[in-house]
Amino acid sequence: METAQPDDGSGGGPRLGVRGWARFLWRQLTSMRTAIVLLLLLAVAAIPGSLIPQRSADPNGVIAVREENPELVWLYDALSLHDVYSSPWFSAIYILLFTSLVGCVIPRLAHHWRAMRARPPRTPARLSRLVGFQTVAGDACDLDRVDRVLRRRGYRTTRYGESISAERGYLRETGNLLFHISMLGLLLVIGLGSGFGYDGQRLLVEGRGFANTLSSYDSFNRGQWFDDAALKPFAVALDDLEVVYETENPNAVGAPLDFTARVTVTEDGAQRQAQIKVNHPLRVADADLYLISNGYAPRISVRDASGQVVYDEYTPFLAQDNLYTSLGVMKLPDGLEQQVGLRGFFYPTGVQLETGAYASAYPDLAFPVLSLQAFTGDLGLDAGIPRSVYALDTDAMTQIAGGDSGVDALTLTPGQSAEIPGGLGTITFEDVRRYGVIEVHVDHTQTAVFWIIVVLVLSLLASLLIPRRRMWVKATPGGLEIAGLARGEDPTLERAVGDLAERIRHEADGRGQEPMADAPARESTIDA
Amino acid sequence: MTVAELDSFSLLLVYSAMAVYTLAFVAFAADIARRSAARPVPVEARELVGAGGPAERPRHETAAPAAVRHRAARVGYALTVIGWVLQLGATVLRGVAAGRVPWANMYEFALTGIAVIVGVFVMSRLWRDLTFLGVFITGIATLFLGVATVNVYVPVVPLAPALQTPWLVIHVFVATLAAGFFALGSGLSLLQLLKERRDGGFLRSLPTAAQMEDLAYRVGVIGFIFWTFTLIAGAIWAESAWGRYWGWDTKEVWTFVIWVIYAGYIHARATRGWRGSRSAWLQLIGFGAIIFNYTVVNLYFTGLHAYSGLTTAT
Ligand code: HEM
Repeated sequence: METAQPDDGSGGGPRLGVRGWARFLWRQLTSMRTAIVLLLLLAVAAIPGSLIPQRSADPNGVIAVREENPELVWLYDALSLHDVYSSPWFSAIYILLFTSLVGCVIPRLAHHWRAMRARPPRTPARLSRLVGFQTVAGDACDLDRVDRVLRRRGYRTTRYGESISAERGYLRETGNLLFHISMLGLLLVIGLGSGFGYDGQRLLVEGRGFANTLSSYDSFNRGQWFDDAALKPFAVALDDLEVVYETENPNAVGAPLDFTARVTVTEDGAQRQAQIKVNHPLRVADADLYLISNGYAPRISVRDASGQVVYDEYTPFLAQDNLYTSLGVMKLPDGLEQQVGLRGFFYPTGVQLETGAYASAYPDLAFPVLSLQAFTGDLGLDAGIPRSVYALDTDAMTQIAGGDSGVDALTLTPGQSAEIPGGLGTITFEDVRRYGVIEVHVDHTQTAVFWIIVVLVLSLLASLLIPRRRMWVKATPGGLEIAGLARGEDPTLERAVGDLAERIRHEADGRGQEPMADAPARESTIDA
Repeated sequence: MTVAELDSFSLLLVYSAMAVYTLAFVAFAADIARRSAARPVPVEARELVGAGGPAERPRHETAAPAAVRHRAARVGYALTVIGWVLQLGATVLRGVAAGRVPWANMYEFALTGIAVIVGVFVMSRLWRDLTFLGVFITGIATLFLGVATVNVYVPVVPLAPALQTPWLVIHVFVATLAAGFFALGSGLSLLQLLKERRDGGFLRSLPTAAQMEDLAYRVGVIGFIFWTFTLIAGAIWAESAWGRYWGWDTKEVWTFVIWVIYAGYIHARATRGWRGSRSAWLQLIGFGAIIFNYTVVNLYFTGLHAYSGLTTAT
């Protein structure tokens, strides 16, 4: 086994000096033991990220956890626990691991390069201590024939006096090196390549579209080296979002079976129709478009006391459960006498419970119901603090409908209107459409990553499954001595030596050269 | 037959398989008890024992004649095969009932996963006699099937859109295949550790610790290859479903953790000071992580992989 030995005495001396220390540390770092420890450390370090919500995977979870545990926020931040996989400590582990990897692979590359060109090693003086040792009938004249047998089996052979030294399975080490190198390549390509891409999300109500420009995204993450000018000019409109529900299976009525977003793509001045489905992204220019979530957007209009329309929009409500009980917020800072905030639920199929409250009974639009609470007061929009459009801060507001206000919540079905209490105006539930959230993802690493993965898998197979072994055949007065030596994991070596012996015997038989060819398989061993 | 009828027939087969596995477990346990109760054989008696046993059997071996000694193990093996066939039938029927591959929620993962674990064990007979692992394997099978039917059973429901892809067929099946090999490997590693600690009782009749270690490694390596493939197939699937091949979602994290643990195991086997019991522990930890991933992570961790089927996933 070619494992680096950190404890070969090089570190023991009292006067190491700077270079000595550096060499000592480098040896430690590139030893297999360190590699094992770092690998295990990497496994352990990855775990917290599955326990604590991560900004990249679950931003809402991060907000929730921080609100629930305000006293721990400093700890989360100090240890980057919401960004584990880009945290200094996680990075430190894998950077050390890959440094170790480089330090390990380079000398092995050089060694392997030499081994590939060198002759197989000298035949040991005594074969009897090696694996599968046995003696078959034959003498030095048979060596040519044996040589051919070995070559046919993929061995590289050479002669040392009256013996043959053979080795095979160089591809195992080649595979091993290639495997480690491709892992390094993978890390580099992903690390560097993803810096040139971006991903953005945009919520689209049916009938609406957006252009691929920075300002039209609801959220946008760019790679370090991404140049905003590189955004390709295209536009996408969501024509309609179709959802198919299970209607027959009594255990799954209402389970979604299919989501299809039908879109119109405008690119290079031409328009085309296309679809986006789960598992089937749409390719536009250099980007992939995914449908990542969906919901309902009721169109709500508000008129002031004089009947003037002050608000008329499709307002996206966020689904809270599988039945699409959806939560939404509207803010009316201007237009009415006072600032008004509306917050409430949308039920695609509303049913009234005994308590009088509504619930959703089915995710599709069978009997849409909107139920809103109303607040007046300060919406807090002037303070300059960015506010989520999906949250209403009611600290400085008075509730005028719903809750404990003494006035019922405003409950509407499509086409219905209701008075806003206090004579502020009227509110109308006009109709409702679906919306889809489209993610646009540009990643230039895909092709490279794919090919690296292909190499990685093939080289892993080569490195784990190809046996690497040496074989020696030596002509002695007692016959041909045969034995093998494993290089690395090689459970079938003994059998391989036996097979070779059998083959040699068989060949001798076939030619009828050897009168004593049917000598017993294991002859007494005469050790020279 | 309707979907519900097919499914209840499948359940019936699962219960039958559980019963047969339990019997197999008892038979294997009896075999082990007999092995450990065995008294050293007086030299004269050994002549009578005859040539049935393996040539390299240790001197002070068992009193019972080889044929009798192995009968319990043979019965156990035969029962395991029967149980396996029943369970295979149950799994296939479940698939027929659902009109798709039978591995799309936790109950079905368990069904297929255990069929694969037992299948790897049954097939390993063609390669090596590993019947001494019978207790371990049938024990796992009975326990997991019990938990699966009682705690995570769900009726047949259609596939969520994200699961409607050939990647489900490949990714999940290869993952269960890997788990099957890891189960066998960790059983061997466990015995290796036990043997290193105290080579008495029934353990004495088993291959040496070094042989166990070699077998465990070979099985583990095959599991590792399949797991590597699982990881890659999962990444490709994630790319088409969620728009990125790797996002450190909880399930992705655990797939990665398991992979890295087994990479550590493979390195450990090649490193002086880590070979032997330390590497065996790594294989056990790796399999522990597999079980953890399947149970705790599926049920209690939040993430995109909400496919336990216990809450209807959107
Ligand atoms: C980045 C993390 C690493 C991973 C995931 C990894 C993975 C693997 C795997 C799967 C194998 C077995 C397959 C094969 O033989 O190619 C292996 C073997 C090997 N690795 Fe690594 N490796 C890593 C880092 C390292 C480092 C840092 C070193 C050097 C210190 C190293 C040295 C070796 C050696 C010498 C072998 C051959 C062992 C044998 O012959 O069985 N590896 N590695």
